[in-house]
Amino acid sequence: YLKDLNYTILTCDFQDKQYVGFATLPNQVHRKSVKKGFDFTLMVAGESGLGKSTLVNSLFLTDLYKDRKLLNAEERINQTVEITKHTVDIEEKGVKLKLTIVDTPGFGDAVNNNECWRPITDYIDQQFEQYFRDESGLNRKNILDNRVHCCLYFIPPFGHGLRPVDVEFMKALHEKVNIIPLISKADCLTPNEVKKLKDRVRDEIERFGIKVYQFPECDSDEEEEFKQMDKELKECTPFAVIGSNTVVEARGQRVRGRLYPWGIVEVENQSHCDFVKLRNMLIRSHMHDLKDVTCDVHYENYRAHCIQEMTSKLAQDNRTDSPLPLLPLPTPDVETERLIKMKDEEMCAIDFYIVIRTLVLFY
Amino acid sequence: MEEREVEERVVEIEHPLPCLSESDTQGIIKGRDLFGYVGIEAVLDQMRRKTMKAGFEFNIMVVGQSGLGKSTLVNTLFKSKVSRKSCTPNYEEKISKTVHLQSVSHVIEEKGVKMKLTVIDTPGFGDQINNENCWEPIVKYVNEQYEKYLKEELNVNRKRRIPDTRVHCCVYFLPATGHWLRPIDVEFMRRLGKIVSIVPVIAKADTLTLEERLEFKQRIRQDLQANGIRVYPQKEYDEDAEDRILNDKIRENIPFAVVGTDKEHQVNGNKVLGRKTKWGIIEVENVAHCEFAHLRDLLIRSHLQDLKDVTHNIHYEAYRVKRLNESNANGLALSPLILENGTLEKSDRKPILTDVCRTVTGQAYGCM
Repeated sequence: YLKDLNYTILTCDFQDKQYVGFATLPNQVHRKSVKKGFDFTLMVAGESGLGKSTLVNSLFLTDLYKDRKLLNAEERINQTVEITKHTVDIEEKGVKLKLTIVDTPGFGDAVNNNECWRPITDYIDQQFEQYFRDESGLNRKNILDNRVHCCLYFIPPFGHGLRPVDVEFMKALHEKVNIIPLISKADCLTPNEVKKLKDRVRDEIERFGIKVYQFPECDSDEEEEFKQMDKELKECTPFAVIGSNTVVEARGQRVRGRLYPWGIVEVENQSHCDFVKLRNMLIRSHMHDLKDVTCDVHYENYRAHCIQEMTSKLAQDNRTDSPLPLLPLPTPDVETERLIKMKDEEMCAIDFYIVIRTLVLFY
Repeated sequence: MEEREVEERVVEIEHPLPCLSESDTQGIIKGRDLFGYVGIEAVLDQMRRKTMKAGFEFNIMVVGQSGLGKSTLVNTLFKSKVSRKSCTPNYEEKISKTVHLQSVSHVIEEKGVKMKLTVIDTPGFGDQINNENCWEPIVKYVNEQYEKYLKEELNVNRKRRIPDTRVHCCVYFLPATGHWLRPIDVEFMRRLGKIVSIVPVIAKADTLTLEERLEFKQRIRQDLQANGIRVYPQKEYDEDAEDRILNDKIRENIPFAVVGTDKEHQVNGNKVLGRKTKWGIIEVENVAHCEFAHLRDLLIRSHLQDLKDVTHNIHYEAYRVKRLNESNANGLALSPLILENGTLEKSDRKPILTDVCRTVTGQAYGCM
């Protein structure tokens, strides 16, 4: 008894009529988001001493590591890869951001670094699993999203490109999280060296099939200036960054920088390093997209994989008891059953109920 | 000491950055305390661009007897011919024998914002001699849309954007009798108020004087309260004090008394939408004449997103919980497996599933 009729596009002619008013919709959504606030989880990974903490402080203008004690060599021998979390609430112009930084001290520091990324992949999977449980649960009112939205991976500037540990790490993580590779401590490279290293790293990323985070394509109707900026951004990866916890005076201004006898490196000077590009990309233009890709791609992959594993496990368990496959549950009434069959034939019904039953098992 | 002698113009400052390391106990870092600024409000712009590109969906259902002006009102609300009446080529004004539901979709655009508007009409409702259970097809339709969405959500390979056909708002047309709610009104709103957001309106209100209108509204509100009917905006779903103040004002004025038309007339040199009678012109958008503008503001300009949110976060979630619990109960009460030798399997299931069932149902009661 339900029929779908027309589907046409009407563009209202508003020249002589007053407008309807749903153009306020983005504002209505806006108002709700401002009230709710945003959250973002950023992971930093790389060996000790590559400037991760300093860069995080520079990006978000925080000082998260004030009371940190640096371990000496002896202490480091026994250290394993840990996962530490710091949370900061930042508010600017009425917009609240709950920022979580996930750090990975100990990564790559041991003599034998086999599988040193394991605690990290486990952590990411755990967050996915927690979210999956929450999302499938009965009370979904206030789900906390602790999924890692972005991982900044620090490549040392000293070598000639990617090292084996870099390749293995990125390959272990590229289908679980958005990876943004960075060339750290870029103040030890001349502009030519930076360019050579970047080209080398880009080639190797392609050669080894590493799927780093891709910036989304620009729409054809974007302004030229925006398209130009976007093009420059893409050509600049991997970003060569420098961070600083100190303020120096240069060219008559107070800037974040590093003072050397031969000159002053200004972190926010675009001709010195790509810090500004990274910050703009990470916060001002692509934060939302990073979250979307995490939700729509990485998390969905995890979820699909998880369900399929559970389903096959359930089928296996049942097969040991009875030789027959699972039967679909009795449908509530004839009408609904007809509706179900309409969509995707019987497979759909069986899938649906199997999923529900496996979710029950999940709890 | 030595460094200071070298350069005079460069001063290195150990700058203790004014901020906090852990957020739990302390407070919030204000933008103005920071040296420079991070730029996080740009996230709002990013979100806005994305939602503008994706467009919006809105599904509105109109329920009421024939002739109450449902189609005209919807056309007036959206200033376009969006109702079923305007879109069906062979439309005839006749009363159908059963309640059908028909939906019409349009994509309308305003100032760059695209909206896919679906109007669901319910011809035949309340028109028969015996109107018992005439609300059932409507209840069924609403639940079917929730079911559709739930299935998409549970799918192994989910779509990025699940198409939303759930009814976001149900506008219920009350005839302007001036007395009380009729039994059919009470029955309908009682049942549907639990699963969808109802906005009752007094239709064809140009037969009521202002005093009659006020009294009628008061009586209706009394009736609604006496019968435990919750209409939009529901008091329980106000999120904070600001919302409550805003919504209280609306609650004092519902149901809105509306008049709809698509004809224009000249009044004081302006073209206005109105109904021309021998005793004057009823201007639809004049708040002194009728409350159409209030309805439009509520539905479109201020609470459209909220209607969708209430549908998604409250009505849909309630349906989902109910459905998941039902499935658990059904599944574990089992359709018995028939073994190869033709006998039925023992009816006691493995203990792990029964335990899980208990936890899940316990959780459900806990959260309701």
